[in-house]
Amino acid sequence: MSEHRVEHATRSSQVGVALIAVTLIALALAPFWGDRQTLRLLAEVYAFVALASLWNLLAGYAGLVSVGQQAFVGLGGYLLFALVIMFDVHPVLAIFIAGPVAAIIAIPVAALTFRLRGAYFAIGTWVVAEVFRLLASQVSVLGGGSGISLPAAAVIAMAPTRQAREFAIYWLALALAVIVLVAIVVLLRSRHGLALTAIRDNETAAQSNGIGVVRIKYIVYVLVAFGTAMIGALIFLQKLRISPDTAFSVNDWTAFVIFITVIGGIGRIEGPIIGTIIFFVMRQTLSDLGSMYLLIMGAVAIVVMLWAPKGVWGLIVERYGWQALPLQRRLVLKDKSRPDA
Amino acid sequence: MASILSLENISKRFGAVVVADGIDLALDQGEALGIIGPNGAGKTTLFGMATGTVTPDAGRIVYDGADITRLAPERRCRLGLARSFQIPQPFSGMTVFENVVVAAAFGAGESERAVYDRCADLLDRCGLIDKANKRAGGLTLLDRKRLELARALATKPRVLLLDEVAGGLTEHECGTLVELIKTVRAGGVSIIWIEHVVHALLAVVDRLAVLHGGKIIASGDPHTVIRSPQVEEIYMGIAADA
Repeated sequence: MSEHRVEHATRSSQVGVALIAVTLIALALAPFWGDRQTLRLLAEVYAFVALASLWNLLAGYAGLVSVGQQAFVGLGGYLLFALVIMFDVHPVLAIFIAGPVAAIIAIPVAALTFRLRGAYFAIGTWVVAEVFRLLASQVSVLGGGSGISLPAAAVIAMAPTRQAREFAIYWLALALAVIVLVAIVVLLRSRHGLALTAIRDNETAAQSNGIGVVRIKYIVYVLVAFGTAMIGALIFLQKLRISPDTAFSVNDWTAFVIFITVIGGIGRIEGPIIGTIIFFVMRQTLSDLGSMYLLIMGAVAIVVMLWAPKGVWGLIVERYGWQALPLQRRLVLKDKSRPDA
Repeated sequence: MASILSLENISKRFGAVVVADGIDLALDQGEALGIIGPNGAGKTTLFGMATGTVTPDAGRIVYDGADITRLAPERRCRLGLARSFQIPQPFSGMTVFENVVVAAAFGAGESERAVYDRCADLLDRCGLIDKANKRAGGLTLLDRKRLELARALATKPRVLLLDEVAGGLTEHECGTLVELIKTVRAGGVSIIWIEHVVHALLAVVDRLAVLHGGKIIASGDPHTVIRSPQVEEIYMGIAADA
């Protein structure tokens, strides 16, 4: 008896999806057109796109401003090293084991940190990450405080030549980033995504309209831990070496990720992608300036916060109403043409 | 008649300010109850306690025979207890249509696809159909108020709590709103309506209660209550205990 239709796609999202598809094909072929340096850089970009998208889901949608996601990056990395060194698991398989294990660990962590609100929650998550770092430095079989390298045998087992290994890691990084992004899109288009978007916009109203806010936040926290740990495992597989300080670095895995998300546009799925591009362009062009680079980055963050608090993509949405991915539900009436936007 | 919602001996204070002081209030099945009272009398807090966003210090809230004093807001909504907010709380980044779909899908516990037609109808009834695909954050105050009402109705309420939905409306808009609320009521929904626009209220309600200083100081036939000395004193700006 459906009289009306509901469309997800708009013209801008059709263009967006086409552009994304073309870009993905070009990126998938990068081993044939890029040098080693380019591949490494791109793989790092993918890891940050994924980390920022996950943090965006957590903070931008579910309102859980965590500054402790390095807990799960490091946990993922250490799980990979532990699985490879102690249980002789294939490194690629280890990435996919690290995800669910981290999700299970996230359940009691959430039970603990969810007792805190707002700024206290943020600090609480950071404390958890520090606890993880200290625990990691106690495990002597994984190098204790000074860290450990991935055994050569395991590295060779992945692919016989260095080039084949680099290609494999590159494609793995691309695939993981795509999996994370597709999962987020699927989630946001689902019934739960509708609830999450409502929570993003107004928690009180969401609750009063029948949405179980706490339960959804819990689910998001655990899912984000799952994804973050997988990306963490990948990052340290690429680095081939891990130590507590690099694995649980608040600077690398949270401060930069927050910068990326906020600059690009928090609470928008496109935001972290735009933000990562801006971040890496800045890093590649300004890194020769030494500490000036960090000062410029800080200045950019301040300027964006003041003039475009919703980030670059937020500004675009406000001005042009674009969406790069078909997430919105648009009503098309049967008898009339669509109500105009 | 059996009461569908009752507040029993409810008390609440914020620091030194007493906003509810042993309030007893029962809404009968199918009844429309109006509440008036000066600003700061505790009207909105009363709705907060009924819907679960504010926890009372003492007393109990009974809905359809069950004690819901400690039930989470979303559970109360799903049981059929809906409210509109005095200050509209739209999901500003979502479209008007999506706003209503959220309420219909979660508040009434239905699948998303099943609610599309009902939501389109509702937007039509609330005068928002032409703006269905606009971002809710860009709406005018009047449209935001309409959206509050549309969203509350989308949850398929059995009890509807309206918080100053007529404020700021023109005479004509107000008339349209009164007609809409009458049809909702005719559909069997029990209503409590907080309102300063008294003539709109009197066009709908069966009973009027006056809240002042955290107490119900008068309750009964609307036209009798509105002419009572207590009400005149309050609205003349003279403190009741002066």
